[in-house]
Amino acid sequence: MSVEVTEARPRRILSLWLPALAMDRWHLTIAERGGVPAAGPLVLIADTAHGPRIEAVDRPAAAAGARKGMMLADARALCPEIATAPADPAGDLAFLEQLALWAQRWGPWSALDAPEGLLVDVTAVAHLFGGEEALLADVHAAFAQRGLALRAAIAPTAGAAWALAHYGPERAIVEGRAGIMRVLAELPVAALRLDQDVVTVLRRLGLKRIGDIAGIGRDAIQRRFRNRKLRTANPLIRLDQLLGRVSEPLLPVIQEAVPLVQRRLLEPIRHRQLLDRVVADLARDMARELEAQGQGARRLELGLWRVDGEVVVRRLELAAATRDPAHMLRLFAARLDDVDAGFGIEMLRLRASWAEPLALDQNDIEARAESHGTSLAGCIDRLIVRLGAKAVSRPVPYASHLPERAQRWQPPLEPEPTSQGLLEFHSRPRKLLDKPEKIAVLYATPDGYPQRFRWRGEVHDVARVEGPERIAPEWWRERGAARLRDYYRIEDGQGRRYWIYRQGLIGDGRGGVPDWYLQGLYA
Amino acid sequence: MPSPDLASLPLAAFEDLAALSARRSARWRPGLAARQGPALHSEIFASSRDGAGAGAALALALDDWRSLPQQDAGEVRHPRSVLWVQTREAARRGGRPYRAGLPGDLPARVIHVLAEKAEDALFALEEGLRCRDLAFVVGEIAGNPRALDFTASRRLTLASEKHGVPLFLVRLDAARDLSSARMRWEVASMPSSAPRWNAQAPGPPRWRAELFRARAHAPGEWTLGEEAGRLVASKAQREADEAVAGWTAGLRLRRSPRRA
Repeated sequence: MSVEVTEARPRRILSLWLPALAMDRWHLTIAERGGVPAAGPLVLIADTAHGPRIEAVDRPAAAAGARKGMMLADARALCPEIATAPADPAGDLAFLEQLALWAQRWGPWSALDAPEGLLVDVTAVAHLFGGEEALLADVHAAFAQRGLALRAAIAPTAGAAWALAHYGPERAIVEGRAGIMRVLAELPVAALRLDQDVVTVLRRLGLKRIGDIAGIGRDAIQRRFRNRKLRTANPLIRLDQLLGRVSEPLLPVIQEAVPLVQRRLLEPIRHRQLLDRVVADLARDMARELEAQGQGARRLELGLWRVDGEVVVRRLELAAATRDPAHMLRLFAARLDDVDAGFGIEMLRLRASWAEPLALDQNDIEARAESHGTSLAGCIDRLIVRLGAKAVSRPVPYASHLPERAQRWQPPLEPEPTSQGLLEFHSRPRKLLDKPEKIAVLYATPDGYPQRFRWRGEVHDVARVEGPERIAPEWWRERGAARLRDYYRIEDGQGRRYWIYRQGLIGDGRGGVPDWYLQGLYA
Repeated sequence: MPSPDLASLPLAAFEDLAALSARRSARWRPGLAARQGPALHSEIFASSRDGAGAGAALALALDDWRSLPQQDAGEVRHPRSVLWVQTREAARRGGRPYRAGLPGDLPARVIHVLAEKAEDALFALEEGLRCRDLAFVVGEIAGNPRALDFTASRRLTLASEKHGVPLFLVRLDAARDLSSARMRWEVASMPSSAPRWNAQAPGPPRWRAELFRARAHAPGEWTLGEEAGRLVASKAQREADEAVAGWTAGLRLRRSPRRA
């Protein structure tokens, strides 16, 4: 666990904390819509089982006594004129993600520190801004310009930077790993990024500052928290991370550009012919876009923005990656028949929301289709577009002895699962009925198999028989009263060959007289 | 009409090379695809009460496929897929293909299409015929749907001939309607031949197959069977001989005025 991070020059991590992210974002949204926020106290609330709870407060509300985590009713008792707005945690997270990408202007990669922080790796980039103080000043200026409250700090480890940003002095900078303890010793234990109950335990033990923990020796703390394996529950792990004795992996945010092309139309289109032409243009643009990235589309989404505000979306999944515009156009043509243009379509957007690497070889499915026929993937795409994805499948084996379970259906081009081979002496019918059909046995031989039976209203006389092949129920899956099956391969007087079975035995104690079923047709 | 005996035909009939080659090619037999190319569009009429239709269709298709010279070594390693199209009605009556019971290396090659309507099945068949990566296409359509008229069957024939992908269309419980299929069979189950070890058990399948209409062959009736995975056809029956004789004589009669 204690991997010593041996690097000559330590990393420099910039920790950004946006203490009022939700409230700032709410104000920004209001300003964007052209509204003027009310001057009075405001809280953002979330609904819980016990009524609305406060998720964020602004400055006047905080002055009036409202706190994060308080129930709204309690806050109303303190300050009746408090205004509310719904909180939007998902929106906040998306906003934070955008900020993380934007923060890459100060370092090559950045990571989310949810719910309201960011980490940016600024190792060896400070000189571009004229030193770390200038870098921090730049960061503060940029956030202030966007109207976001910020506290930032730079330290050799993510833990130390986080602690300084949250509990340290303004614009703190720690040089070198040796200096960490000196600066951080005075900070409260909550700066170790621990769970609230662990912080409470430490406080009751009288350990209020980080320096206290480092002072009483590892063994005592190790004994007290020996069962806590989680990072957020074990102060020793957190302390080691803070001091850089244990490496702390961070998950960077990487922007992934989804291939997207769109057309805004001067005049809304209402006719199919024009729509087809625009879609053809989009398909060509998309092909170029995909080619530039060396990718092929597996899923395409075509959005049609109508004048009256409706958005019609058509989705397409392809059996193999492709970037052939004619192929895309042909598949979409089948899906656009039921589009209602209404008063007209003013914008179209084509997105390849799922793309796979595709080498530069496949270029003209459609042209070759005329001369040499389509490829298998192209053929399957066309079938799926018209008949639906469920209609096209292929049988694959499944580990079961029950005949109807021994076969499953999967999409046609997926690799086949590995399976045990079939036994040669188990004869199986060429076709299996969807559901075993009950047959009425008119006359049975003493051996047990039927001599004459009726199936679908016609009487069959059995001429030849082979069997039984006994297949026991799957006791690990079915309920206890499931009965075994005795399969017989039979041929009637006219040479028609069937696979029939008797469900259960007489006197097996799992039901009355066993029934006979016909399940398969032999060639 | 008195039927001409083959032996009693005048020698002149055999000197007519056209008639002679016609007679040679007149008789259908297994493995003929090696010389004449595969039968591109066949229809097999069968009852849905047994598996004879699909069984015979697969046997005929595999016979053609095996007797064709294989193009390249890649074919041996990655055999082409087979498209098996069924309407829902056909699947309800005659069941769906069962992987463990399919012959040869077919289990890993079958791609199954379940179409709700006959129109969809015809679309799937035509798309399959246009696909160069398919070995052959098997269709199963129940009854005589309105969509499957002469025009539709002509479309299938043309697509099949253009791209060289054979089609075997099984018609379950259907009447013999108009069709442009190159070969039309009527197939029914026959008592199987005796297996080697257990005389009481059903043996390898056999079918009574009547080729009632074909463009390149004389009609006839055969007993088809599968032995060791290969298609065998036992000798034609008497009326078939008569039909061949009649057909050849007809050719001779038709030719003579043009020669004069």
